[in-house]
Amino acid sequence: MIQVEHINKTFKVARRNPGMSEALKTLFHKRYDSVRALDNVSFTIEDGEMVGYIGPNGAGKSSTIKILSGILTPDDGRCLINGRTPWKNRIEHVRDIGVVFGQRSQLWWDVPVIDSFELLRDIYGITEHKFRENLNELVILLNLQEIIKTPARQLSLGQRMRCEIAASLLHSPGILFLDEPTIGLDAVSKIAVRNFILDLNKKHKTTVILTTHDMQDIEALTKRVILIGRGKILMDGNLEDMKKQFGGYKKLILKYSGKGLNLCEGMHMLSNDYSRDEKEQVVNGHAIIELDLDTIQVSEAIARLSSQADLTDISVSGDSIDEVVVKLYKQYEI
Amino acid sequence: MKLYLKYFSIHLKSVFQYKTSFLLTAIGQFLVSFNVFLGVYFMFQRFNKVKGFTYSEILLCFSIVLIEFSLAECFARGFDTFSSVIGNGEFDRIMVRPRNEILQVLGSKIEFTRIGRMLQAVIMFVYGVGKSDVTWSMDKVLTVLFMIIGGTVVFTGVFVIYAAFCFFTIEGLEFMNIFTDGAREYGKYPISIYGKRVLQICTFLVPYALVQYYPLLYLLDKSHNRGYILLPLSACFFIIPCYLFWKWGIRHYKSTGS
Repeated sequence: MIQVEHINKTFKVARRNPGMSEALKTLFHKRYDSVRALDNVSFTIEDGEMVGYIGPNGAGKSSTIKILSGILTPDDGRCLINGRTPWKNRIEHVRDIGVVFGQRSQLWWDVPVIDSFELLRDIYGITEHKFRENLNELVILLNLQEIIKTPARQLSLGQRMRCEIAASLLHSPGILFLDEPTIGLDAVSKIAVRNFILDLNKKHKTTVILTTHDMQDIEALTKRVILIGRGKILMDGNLEDMKKQFGGYKKLILKYSGKGLNLCEGMHMLSNDYSRDEKEQVVNGHAIIELDLDTIQVSEAIARLSSQADLTDISVSGDSIDEVVVKLYKQYEI
Repeated sequence: MKLYLKYFSIHLKSVFQYKTSFLLTAIGQFLVSFNVFLGVYFMFQRFNKVKGFTYSEILLCFSIVLIEFSLAECFARGFDTFSSVIGNGEFDRIMVRPRNEILQVLGSKIEFTRIGRMLQAVIMFVYGVGKSDVTWSMDKVLTVLFMIIGGTVVFTGVFVIYAAFCFFTIEGLEFMNIFTDGAREYGKYPISIYGKRVLQICTFLVPYALVQYYPLLYLLDKSHNRGYILLPLSACFFIIPCYLFWKWGIRHYKSTGS
């Protein structure tokens, strides 16, 4: 179980105005601003939970992860992970966690991946039996047979990321921190990584804390979402509720030909490209219409529109999770 | 220790991946210190003695310091290049591993190319021994051994301090080079030739003199104080304040954005 209570962390950032003379000034006198990276952050995460930790760039996501994984010492506040304070009992604590930094490699660059794995075995003091067992499982699930003998520097990003994930799970940690695990991956690799994490959570009851900007990751993996902005926890709740709260809109995309569209209340034209056919006296167009579900039903809207023109193609889409998040960020002004 | 050997072997494996690069760097290292040796050689073409030390004696002194420095640089290279370890976030990695950070930083870089400098130092040492008229006995051999151990530890300690500074600021640490590369260059000559003040600093503040000047006196029969044999070992205590400073620095580690 992870308990975080009233954590604060302030960084000093050197600031200066542009220009040579300003640069010279800082030689003698440097101005520091304190930036509150984390401001009274508290939350609790149960064992076996998968939590999405989201927020815009610079919101404090990475700082939180770094405190939870024992890298940073907060200014004050309490944090207990399985009964241990990460920055005080660092060595015992990190034995039980796995961390994947999407942007940083933990593999030794010049040697085959399997050599890195074996060094990790020695670092974590994993028994040979356990190591073989975990390695076999990970190799099969993440499909690593072909690449495990290749030096890390020659792997593609997707291959490397799969190895990174395997590397942080060799010691069967109870908690896994994923910091942007799918950054820069192609669709196939992304889905492979997501499915693997889902399986892992199901099978081993691993607690997963995921930070990402890829909302599809969040949608696919987590039920609970914690939103952080400017160092404060703004929202902590269920993903479905969040979608309902901000997703009261549907989009209607249609191709039509006829006299033209006449919108009624609850409909809002987002775009409308059309060309007029003078001979036949009709308009051929492509329109995107937003529907406010509080005032108008989808079926009602379609019925109304189809009475005005021939609809040759029609599709309905809800707000994508990205759009929900944009609205969320807007509401909290972050 | 076992883990360190594993690190050692993984670095050795990396070396085998880039044989040419390794050889070229090692040869480069050899030539650089050979250059310095030439400097000493030509100077002694003109002068017979520097403050009472002869050519072969200086060679002994210089070669021992060079051996110490190359050993320290080979094994403690991780501390020497620590600002980059912090800069690229590698230290975050180290912090999430269940091992002592010092061991991991030591293991993060092992610079085998320093073998070039080492080779140069050993050749010079052999040459110096041949030329000098030191009568070698057990205690003299021990003295040299202790000098090498103590010196490596002192240089390592300086690297650790340098690394600990990186927790606070990454810029402007060039001044620390006075204590590393500078010490190696000045270490060519027994520290006494730089005057009393420098000798005092190097005895009490950063104990270079304990591993170089005093035992050297004993080695060259300029002093018969047997306590000088053990002096280099006492210099190893220097590592303790360095370690404490390092520990204190870690608490102020800020990490880098990602």
